[in-house]
Amino acid sequence: MNILNSLSNNLLYLTYQGHEVAQHAAENEEKLGDVVLHHIGDTHEFEIFSLKLPLPEFEFFGIDLSITKHVVMLWLAAVLVFLVFNYGFRWNRMVPKGKLTGFFEPIVVFVRDEIVYMNFGKEGKNFLPFFLTVFFFILFMNLLGLIPFMATATSNVSVTGALAAVSFILIHFSGIMRHGFFKHWRNFIPPGIPWWIGLIMLPLEIIGTTGRSFALCIRLFASMTAGHMVILAFLGLIIVLHNIFVGLFSVPAALIVFILEIFFAFLQAYIFTFLSALFISMTYHGAH
Amino acid sequence: MEGITNIGLGYLSAALGAGMVAWGAGLGISRIAAAACEGIARQPEAAGDIRISMLITAAMIEVIGLIGAVSCIMMALRT
Repeated sequence: MNILNSLSNNLLYLTYQGHEVAQHAAENEEKLGDVVLHHIGDTHEFEIFSLKLPLPEFEFFGIDLSITKHVVMLWLAAVLVFLVFNYGFRWNRMVPKGKLTGFFEPIVVFVRDEIVYMNFGKEGKNFLPFFLTVFFFILFMNLLGLIPFMATATSNVSVTGALAAVSFILIHFSGIMRHGFFKHWRNFIPPGIPWWIGLIMLPLEIIGTTGRSFALCIRLFASMTAGHMVILAFLGLIIVLHNIFVGLFSVPAALIVFILEIFFAFLQAYIFTFLSALFISMTYHGAH
Repeated sequence: MEGITNIGLGYLSAALGAGMVAWGAGLGISRIAAAACEGIARQPEAAGDIRISMLITAAMIEVIGLIGAVSCIMMALRT
């Protein structure tokens, strides 16, 4: 009984102390929003265990081409994809051997069968390198963001915008290459309707393709950014409330969101690749 | 009415927006889950296809919720 009393007294004292500290330090403290934006956004320095490495900043005719943290993550993901698929997939026999190959081969077969062959049929073999590259590049970028002291490159709207722009170019370019320049635009209009309705429909369909690519960009960006924001908000709640017992509920919740983030990394890579394949196959095969 | 400032209205709208977006996304995805469960109950051998379609459409609708939430967060952090 005495122990319980003293324990509850200690708890009350700790919470009261925390409240006092919050009242005193509320004026000259950095806000939670700035901390969250600093962790998710792009910074010009690389931070490891409070060791800040400044990264080179340079401009090229007014365009800011400085090497920021997200650029380093992009390069790291590209190097990892290159290393895994160059050295893991060299064999001279029918049956693959080795742990790296055995780990990635089902995923490659999954992308080939469920994404490319389902949308293009067997003739989609020419598109396989593009979709495999897109899938594994996005997957590695998403998964690298979950490692401490590294950032998610896909939570930068420029990165996802560039990926969606590549998909947009391929949507129209594959159609032009296959059907010819004027037939490609004519494929957007269903056959057997009056010419003036077709003339109004054509810009709408072209805007539709841009809207779909824009949705691809925003979907990947919002998923990755929101996941990290939720984790940072949960953990920042401990600091904002100046109370360590919030951590009993906050840390398991952040852990669950972290596990969900791993699943979302795979899911968003799959959805980006699948929808790109769907849109490209729609113009490649002639939608109408 | 002097207590209502522009900054207060900004925060209020951001919070209301985030809540309403969560409501919309939750309604949408729950309907997908209900239809998927019903489909699997009718035809258990199609469970694989139904599961894939459910995940894809749930991710697409969830992104609309996330777009609203991220816009509200941007607005709240810049107010």
